[in-house]
Amino acid sequence: MFKIIAREEMAEGTVILNEIDAPLIARKAKPGQFVILKANETGERIPLTMADTNPEKGTLTVIYMVVGKSTALFRDLKVGEGYQDIIGPLGAATHLEKVGKVVCVGGGTGVAVLHPITRGLKEVGNDITCIIGSRTKDLLIMEDLMKAASHDLRVCTDDGSYGHHGFVTDVMKEVLEEGGVNLVVGIGPVPMMKAVCKITKEFNVKTVVSLNPIMVDGTGMCGGCRVTVGGKTRFACVDGPEFDGHEVDFDELMLRLQAYTEEEKKSYNEHCNLVKQ
Amino acid sequence: MAKKELIPRQPMPEQAPEVRSKNFEEVPTGQSPETAIREAERCLQCKKPVCVDGCPVGVDIPGFISLVKEGKFTAAISKVWEKNGLPAVCGRVCPQELQCEGKCIVGKKNEPVAIGNLERFVADYERMNKKASLPEKAAPTGKKIAVVGSGPSGLTVAGDLILKGHEVTLFEAFHKPGGVLVYGIPEFRLPKEIVFSEVAGLEKLGVKLECNAVVGRTISLDELFEEGYDAIYIGVGAGLPRFLNIPGENLIGILSANEYLTRSNLMKAYRYPEYDTPVIKGKNVITLGAGNVAMDSARTALRLGAETSRIVYRRSRDEVPARAAEVHHAEEEGVEFFFLTNPTKFLGNEKGRLTGMEGLKMELGEPDDSGRRRPIPIEGSEFELECDLAIIAVGAGANPLLTQSTEGLKLNKWEYIEADEKTGKTSKKGVWAGGDIVTGSATVILAMGAGRQAADSIHDYLTIGW
Ligand SMILES: Cc1cc2nc3c(=O)[nH]c(=O)nc-3n(C[C@H](O)[C@H](O)[C@H](O)COP(=O)(O)OP(=O)(O)OC[C@H]3O[C@@H](n4cnc5c(N)ncnc54)[C@H](O)[C@@H]3O)c2cc1C
Ligand SMILES: Cc1cc2nc3c(=O)[nH]c(=O)nc-3n(C[C@H](O)[C@H](O)[C@H](O)COP(=O)(O)OP(=O)(O)OC[C@H]3O[C@@H](n4cnc5c(N)ncnc54)[C@H](O)[C@@H]3O)c2cc1C
Ligand code: SF4
Ligand code: SF4
Ligand code: FES
Repeated sequence: MFKIIAREEMAEGTVILNEIDAPLIARKAKPGQFVILKANETGERIPLTMADTNPEKGTLTVIYMVVGKSTALFRDLKVGEGYQDIIGPLGAATHLEKVGKVVCVGGGTGVAVLHPITRGLKEVGNDITCIIGSRTKDLLIMEDLMKAASHDLRVCTDDGSYGHHGFVTDVMKEVLEEGGVNLVVGIGPVPMMKAVCKITKEFNVKTVVSLNPIMVDGTGMCGGCRVTVGGKTRFACVDGPEFDGHEVDFDELMLRLQAYTEEEKKSYNEHCNLVKQ
Repeated sequence: MAKKELIPRQPMPEQAPEVRSKNFEEVPTGQSPETAIREAERCLQCKKPVCVDGCPVGVDIPGFISLVKEGKFTAAISKVWEKNGLPAVCGRVCPQELQCEGKCIVGKKNEPVAIGNLERFVADYERMNKKASLPEKAAPTGKKIAVVGSGPSGLTVAGDLILKGHEVTLFEAFHKPGGVLVYGIPEFRLPKEIVFSEVAGLEKLGVKLECNAVVGRTISLDELFEEGYDAIYIGVGAGLPRFLNIPGENLIGILSANEYLTRSNLMKAYRYPEYDTPVIKGKNVITLGAGNVAMDSARTALRLGAETSRIVYRRSRDEVPARAAEVHHAEEEGVEFFFLTNPTKFLGNEKGRLTGMEGLKMELGEPDDSGRRRPIPIEGSEFELECDLAIIAVGAGANPLLTQSTEGLKLNKWEYIEADEKTGKTSKKGVWAGGDIVTGSATVILAMGAGRQAADSIHDYLTIGW
């Protein structure tokens, strides 16, 4: 068992942080990589990015939004309890290189995925502007950590309850207009990443996104995670999860994420009813 | 002298097709001791048993069959074990008609001796009764071996080397051991309990099992050496799905057989929602390909409630590579076959879901490199088949995850590992390889045979040097 040694609730309990004892994985993990977790014998294999790792302590941290049955099961795990299985580190690590001025854009739980990448990009000497956003103030996560990982942090909320009133893409556009941006990293819900890429394409700035298709094994063995990038089929679990955003077929990804919508709804409702009883 | 009465091949009792096509329980239910003995009486105890030549690991077939004939089932299993560590598996999944039974002399005029059924019988008998004594372990050598991959090949190496006195650790990427035996071959053909009981047997002998260990990611081969392993065996299988590369292949409802079977078998989607992993349950299902993998997929689809389950294959019936028994079972259960048919395009709706497949009829042309007549399309023969689930079972390639992260490991042009045919030695010092990652997709028994050879070679290396 992989024991949970610390747990935190964020964004009004819709986002959960688990710090987990997994020394072998923590030792090897690099920014941009993910793990697959399975709560118990009957559980599903669920991919989550490592938001942080501590090789000395032998722990890794995941931050996830509760969206369905499996993430609800994860939420119910207490400190001292744990996951039956964790597999990783999986996926290709972020290409960390000094390119100059970098804009990191994060939406929702995408911020958790963005954090280690931002920190890594700063450590190699880039000048980092970070833009993070959420629907409303109480749903914003990791503001302090993102501040520490960047030189300039801008915050937005859709409803104007905190920071800039509007979308992360609005602020990003302003920063791009100032000029001099060499790279954009955009991570969040698929529609957000699509919007980011549409704008950065106009400015002709290279953009990296991190994709989250449905996965099973995470080792390139099933092809369930296939995405179309530059007209070619790629497996996100081994060729990604990061890709050149200007080449990604976001519409196909959005549809493919709906493959099991009906089953997921049913599972989640049954789970909630059980918990209520 | 009166001619000896000919005993007919003893039938294997099976669930009726209309019953079994709706459940996941094993199709053949197993023979009674009486029928097994009667079947054993059919063997002529040949002086030069050609059947043994047909078995890739050389099981002493007349030897164990004569023990069955005498009702000495425990002695019989010990005899089989001398050459084959997984008889309950092989009895069920070996393509016997091409191997042992295909050579059996009785088969020249009548039906061959049911060697596979007998092997299965003695293995099942032992699993139920647990009378045979565990094999003796040699004195500890102090050497440590890492076996990467817990499919039939890795399990064989682990079993052989632990008996020779070495310390063995099995590293498996999945959360459960067994390789294709667990994630690929369905419950109704090979109950998982059999595989887990084999692995438990190895653990009892002292083999350590590390699941969730993706070698090449969690730990590299060089790190294993640094940790003190003296030799490494790679048996990671051919885990890379092939697709058709035709338009529409990324629609929802098109799955590789690997994904479909992994969801269904390993993740137990057939017991959803008791188990959390779902799988697409098609109403009209098409499986592309005609190997064992395709048969398993098409038959799983029926059990998950499909109204139609069709196999579409570019070549003719004569070229079907699946075991004869599986093709027969699939037909009995209502799987329809479309031979000489090639898919050209998948069709979908506005939600990105599969609605149909376009194909072309083929005819057989001149033989190709493999000696099989190459199918060529018939012009103007386009047609459409309705479907909401398509399973791609047209073969597998070498998964590059481990090989690309390992320096000094020579690969062939298809990216399989180059290993010596007799010993399994690779170009990297202290590293052996075998099974599907060397040969490409083959069979359980060939993967085990390669494991046996490598284990012998590893043992020589560790005890007397190269
Ligand atoms: C590489 C990668 C990294 C990720 N990192 C994070 C992260 O750091 N934090 C976070 O909150 N989320 C992350 N996700 C998304 C997360 O995996 C899904 O939210 C989770 O699987 C939902 O499971 P569920 O059963 O709770 O929800 P469900 O009810 O099953 O589904 C809700 C949504 O999640 C998607 N989903 C379902 N099953 C899977 C699956 N096996 N793999 C991927 N998506 C699935 C579905 O398309 C659906 O839209 C990541 C996904 C990938 C592929
Ligand atoms: C659906 C299906 C049906 C089949 N039916 C038959 C049949 O009826 N008869 C027959 O003889 N053959 C059959 N075969 C073929 C047979 O199963 C294979 O030839 C055989 O399993 C190969 O054994 P192996 O040990 O080389 O590899 P596998 O059985 O593929 O096992 C390899 C193992 O290594 C693990 N692994 C992979 N990469 C790593 C890594 N980097 N680190 C750690 N572990 C790793 C995998 O998860 C897997 O568990 C079938 C195959 C399939 C897919
Ligand atoms: S291992 Fe396979 S080929 Fe050999 S005797 Fe047994 S069933 Fe026949
Ligand atoms: S060839 Fe047939 S009859 Fe002869 S020993 Fe083998 S199984 Fe028996
Ligand atoms: S998750 Fe199976 S290939 Fe990527």
